[in-house]
Amino acid sequence: MALRMVMGNEAAVQGALAGGCDFYAGYPITPATEILEEMGRRLPPRGGVFLQMEDELAAMAAVVGAAWGGARAMTATSGPGFSLMQEHIGYAAITQTPCVVIDVQRGGPSTGLPTLPAQGDVMQARYGTHGDRPAIVLTASSVREAYTTTRKAFQLAERHRTPVVVLLDAVIAHMREPVELPPLPEPALNPWPGSSGTEPPFGAHPFTPFGGPSPIVVTGLSHGEDGWPRTGAGQATERMLKDAIAGIAEDPSLTQGVERYCMDDATVAVVAYGITARAAHAAVETLRAEGERAGLLKLDVLWPLPEAALLEAAEQVDGLLVVEMNLGQLVMPVRAVVGGRTHVAHLGRADGLLLSPDVIARRLQALTASVRS
Amino acid sequence: MPRFGESVDRYLRRELLPTVWCPGCGNGSIVQALAMALARIGREPEDVVVVGGIGCSGRTPFYLATNALHTTHGRALAFATGLKLARPDLEVVVTSGDGDSLAIGGNHFIHAARRNLDVTLLLFNNAIYGMTGGQAAPTTPTGSRTSTSPGSGSTERSFDAVELAMAAGATFVARTTTFDVQEMPLYIERAIRHRGFSMVEIITQCPTYYGRLNRLGEAPAMLVWERDMTGEPSDDQHGWKTGVFRDDDLPAYGDLTGQNSVRTRA
Ligand code: SF4
Repeated sequence: MALRMVMGNEAAVQGALAGGCDFYAGYPITPATEILEEMGRRLPPRGGVFLQMEDELAAMAAVVGAAWGGARAMTATSGPGFSLMQEHIGYAAITQTPCVVIDVQRGGPSTGLPTLPAQGDVMQARYGTHGDRPAIVLTASSVREAYTTTRKAFQLAERHRTPVVVLLDAVIAHMREPVELPPLPEPALNPWPGSSGTEPPFGAHPFTPFGGPSPIVVTGLSHGEDGWPRTGAGQATERMLKDAIAGIAEDPSLTQGVERYCMDDATVAVVAYGITARAAHAAVETLRAEGERAGLLKLDVLWPLPEAALLEAAEQVDGLLVVEMNLGQLVMPVRAVVGGRTHVAHLGRADGLLLSPDVIARRLQALTASVRS
Repeated sequence: MPRFGESVDRYLRRELLPTVWCPGCGNGSIVQALAMALARIGREPEDVVVVGGIGCSGRTPFYLATNALHTTHGRALAFATGLKLARPDLEVVVTSGDGDSLAIGGNHFIHAARRNLDVTLLLFNNAIYGMTGGQAAPTTPTGSRTSTSPGSGSTERSFDAVELAMAAGATFVARTTTFDVQEMPLYIERAIRHRGFSMVEIITQCPTYYGRLNRLGEAPAMLVWERDMTGEPSDDQHGWKTGVFRDDDLPAYGDLTGQNSVRTRA
């Protein structure tokens, strides 16, 4: 392995292929287009399928259709396209279809700031579909993490039989960093483990695509474990959704999706994720050099929110500063989890500019001063 | 050799009868015709996927003993695209209504045709929205009454699905009606056997809404109406010609890129 300058979008593609991805359907959109192009170059020679669809609704539909054809399928998009995909993310959720969606966040709402970064899709990634669903939303703060997170997304999608969203942003996507990525495994047909045909096709049973020993009924209507529509009140889908939500809430690879930096003796801490966590890290280093006991909780999993780590930090510090490139999204559930155990401040912007280490350090100092007084 | 009726039964879920459809609805005739076509082709039911959209026609997959993929409104063809490319060895048949395929799903319709994707679309055209209670559809003939065409009827012009499919590049295009019970399964069989995008538009009666609102009577009277509307071309602007309008042999989507190599993943 050798160090190579790799772009975030390219690393995400490499991570997807390492995770077993053999089907991609997408639609061009800045700043996610390189994922589409790179998949178009790399999937067909590996025996995979690459499709450029007519819009993002179709791209997400094709991904779900391909998954039922047995593919490890994904798509990638940005804000406007992510909005269009919500209907079929919900369809994938109710039909327990494993698949992966990368959303390279850009400034919004609407066409917004097509080339500039944002973190404004945090809530849409969780609550964008109508109805309730189990939601797994991961993020990355470096090119290397764009690789590891996307690879992990495929494992989680399969384990929990649900769409997994990877939130990147325009800076991570287009940034080049020197990284060493492991060589790709040879392309292989990965049979799904649940193909015996004896277990029910839905509920807490492994995913079984079409083409097995017996026909399967798949519907976006409320249904039982056998797949058949049950649309009277009090039916089985609520229980299956609750089981799935409980399943992801108990998965240690999700609940422990937090990196703690300088937290052992911290009296104030930043909560940050994605590209913003990089700046927060630098801010904490600066403050530490000045003798301040600052720390960082870097969230790699946004949903389910790593509540235990947040509560533990809240018991310890005098204040938390949630830093994000939006006008206040993740700060709301953080406040709800912390429940008054410590002061929670917010630093956000949505004008396409990054939050600099300097701005974060000054805001953290101000928080320290206010909680002391 | 099983008797013909028995081989058709292999493709039907008789235990689910009666259907959700209204008495006299034409959709049941189409289910029967599709089962007959599948029986003649003879693929195993587990190797066939019937993909439905939303609306009365979207419920069709449930009545066939094949795999069923009951999708979202208008997007059945987009789901079918991913499915077919992932598993080219499966037979994929899409059942979709005129509102489903020509209004909300119009974009997917023209692009599946343009790509010459190797799936079959059965377009159930009842000229109205049935499931939601009789609203105007893109196929509602000008002057027809619907619950959203106040006054003396629809003032909009209607789509001709056959012309649209041909212009968009479909390589097998046919139209029949639920009156033509002998012709319908034959067209469906040819469409399924055809390599590339095939569409059979089936004019089907909705006595509950289109028939009632336009005073066409119950199902038997509507079948006669279908016959009259599709007979020799008259100067009636709402006529539907029936027949096979195109049957061309052109590469199907994926043939040129090698993406149609057979994979079995299950
Ligand atoms: S509303 Fe019309 S199309 Fe729908 S089931 Fe009833 S008769 Fe058939």
